Amino acid sequence: MSHQNHPELAEAFNKDFERTTWHDETLWFVRQKRDKAVYPIPEFQDLRTLASEIKDHTLSNLDNYLIEFEQNAIKNGVKVHWAADAVEHNQIVMEIIKNSCKVEGRNPRLVKSKSMLTEECHLNDFLEKNNIDVVDTDLGERIVQFRNEPPSHIVLPAIHLKKEDVGETFYEHLGTAKGEKDPQILTEAARQHLRGKFVAADVALTGVNFAIAETGSFVVCTNEGNADLGVNLAKVHIACMGIEKIIPDLHHLSVYTRLLARSATGQPVTTYTSHFTKPVEGKEMHIVIVDNGRTQQLGREDFRSSLKCIRCGACMNTCPVYRRSGGHSYDFTVPGPIGAILSPNIDLHKHKSLPFASTLCGSCSDVCPVKIDIHVQLYKWRQIVGQANELPAAKKWAMKGMAKVLSMPKVYDLSGKLARGALRILPHGLTHNESMNPWAKARELPDAPKQSFKEWYEENRQ
Amino acid sequence: MLNTVGVFIRVKLPKLIFRPLELKNMKVALFIPCYVDQFYPNVGVATLQLLEKLGVEVTFPMKQTCCGQPMANGGCEQDSKGVYEHFVDIFADFDYIVTPSGSCTYHIKKHYDIIEQTPAVQKIRKSVYELIDFIENVLKIEEIPVDFPHKVGLHLSCHGQRGLRQANASEITGVRDGQISKLLRKLKGIELTELDRNDECCGFGGMFCVTEEAVSARMGQDRISDHLRNGTKVLTGGDVSCLMHLEGIVKRQNAPIKVMHIAEILNGNQP
Repeated sequence: MSHQNHPELAEAFNKDFERTTWHDETLWFVRQKRDKAVYPIPEFQDLRTLASEIKDHTLSNLDNYLIEFEQNAIKNGVKVHWAADAVEHNQIVMEIIKNSCKVEGRNPRLVKSKSMLTEECHLNDFLEKNNIDVVDTDLGERIVQFRNEPPSHIVLPAIHLKKEDVGETFYEHLGTAKGEKDPQILTEAARQHLRGKFVAADVALTGVNFAIAETGSFVVCTNEGNADLGVNLAKVHIACMGIEKIIPDLHHLSVYTRLLARSATGQPVTTYTSHFTKPVEGKEMHIVIVDNGRTQQLGREDFRSSLKCIRCGACMNTCPVYRRSGGHSYDFTVPGPIGAILSPNIDLHKHKSLPFASTLCGSCSDVCPVKIDIHVQLYKWRQIVGQANELPAAKKWAMKGMAKVLSMPKVYDLSGKLARGALRILPHGLTHNESMNPWAKARELPDAPKQSFKEWYEENRQ
Repeated sequence: MLNTVGVFIRVKLPKLIFRPLELKNMKVALFIPCYVDQFYPNVGVATLQLLEKLGVEVTFPMKQTCCGQPMANGGCEQDSKGVYEHFVDIFADFDYIVTPSGSCTYHIKKHYDIIEQTPAVQKIRKSVYELIDFIENVLKIEEIPVDFPHKVGLHLSCHGQRGLRQANASEITGVRDGQISKLLRKLKGIELTELDRNDECCGFGGMFCVTEEAVSARMGQDRISDHLRNGTKVLTGGDVSCLMHLEGIVKRQNAPIKVMHIAEILNGNQP
């Protein structure tokens, strides 16, 4: 499939007016829940500042904290692995699975709780190709896994789907009644289905929300308890984390647990906040620490603070563009505003339209619990896209022409006069021709006045 | 907005309401953004008249063009350098530069960092003011005696609101307040619309309005629906760019809303 850019995918999304309304309102509801959870906390803005500063400090000492974390984790009896990129990450995970479960006559079975990192590395595809059965156990993740779709949101992976869509998917994969759309019945079906998978699993994989250098332990936050069920039943626990998940000390953790769930879903705290320190006797615990482009981003002064992200998804819920274009329109593991500043680091050419998929309204920066200046970084990525000659030729030359006109007052005055004159003379059907003037698809142009302000001023005041 | 240039309504404002001492002998320039100059000259006229009524002697430098934002937001800020330098040449001699646009003000303050920071550039980045900010924080005027017996919906433009912090942001507080609403609330007979979403972006976004046409239009339509649902008869705001986009939708939908820039309302113009 040839690559489509954001405007094309967003336009396709908007073809269904009612569904766009529903998507927008659903996510706005989550944003409002967040507001209700945030406003009553008088120190919330101070918490954001603190969280931002702790992350700034950690990122500027990341090498030391990573080593401290590794040493402490090893002391705890955890096996620590380092992966430079997605390929290494996937290989490491596969080898852990193959080495730890010598099963005969069937594939090794892996249950996974939510991990955006493994999505980023396309781990599921890789493992399945290598004869390992993979089951995502987060409800939303399981739904999109059945449908062979990527998640459309980092916290709410199936938020693009209505209950009717889920009913259809479960009818196909879980044998629920055709047309069943009752959320309780559908959830119960998924619950029974997943119980079997948990019990039968050889290995459980989780993400990591926070890794604590001081203790070598890590924290996994879920609402469904699926991470805990998985790792407590399976013999082997693999936790995959990006290098930016580190925080220095245990007492820093509370700053983030207070911010994460409030920003994500408006809950005071996630239902489960599980600390993992050492393997149970007779079991194995592995941590895979992954770079995959993060050190490159760390080296970009203007963009390094994007690594402060704690993956709450608040910038998606607040973004008026995300709400009206859907997560899949970004065509990147992490969609929305934060994805639009992470993705150009990975592949500028492929994701060049994403920094422009924003009005630079700044809502993302104001909602961000770790105060990433997302809209400022969007603006800066735009300049890099421009300098890399990745803008459409017509736009590039139009911009150059406009810049010339606007630096020469007489040329500007004359161009304005001619343009207004033309707009006044030409028929409406021509000036509002949709194929030539995208503005006119849904909007009227302003009336072109006879006089500019400058002409009025000249006539009346000079 | 009225498009009959030169026709404006005389209001019962005293010629001079208040003139802080420090403003005497201050040179104040009026900057009318390019698209306002070309398409909304009446907003320029209202801004000029309003400032004059408030006792400010205003100079309008005739060689002005644009702040350079359109190209810069489009990823071509290097191409904009000539426009920035032209702007600095034109406005370097003034103590204050006042403009009816939060967006252009924000751009000059925030993004004129790519040209050499000469004393003139540094001065300009400090002395440029959005009109309402200038009225409230330089002129120290808290009330303008104008009758405006209409139901008014305020569109908060993001660059003024979140960029220049001229109004509270709903991400940070549930208290809805800001510079424009403070002045509006004191107009005689006015009723302000309570919106469902007080500060959602209208979707104009510069080049975004054509490069992301589908989302841009939808965002604008949703803003207009919010205003219609809650009874707005006159839609106003601090940035003509947002208003141009919203007015385009109002006109296409034949919606019963009149769009006016805040300068027009404060100048005593009626819908």
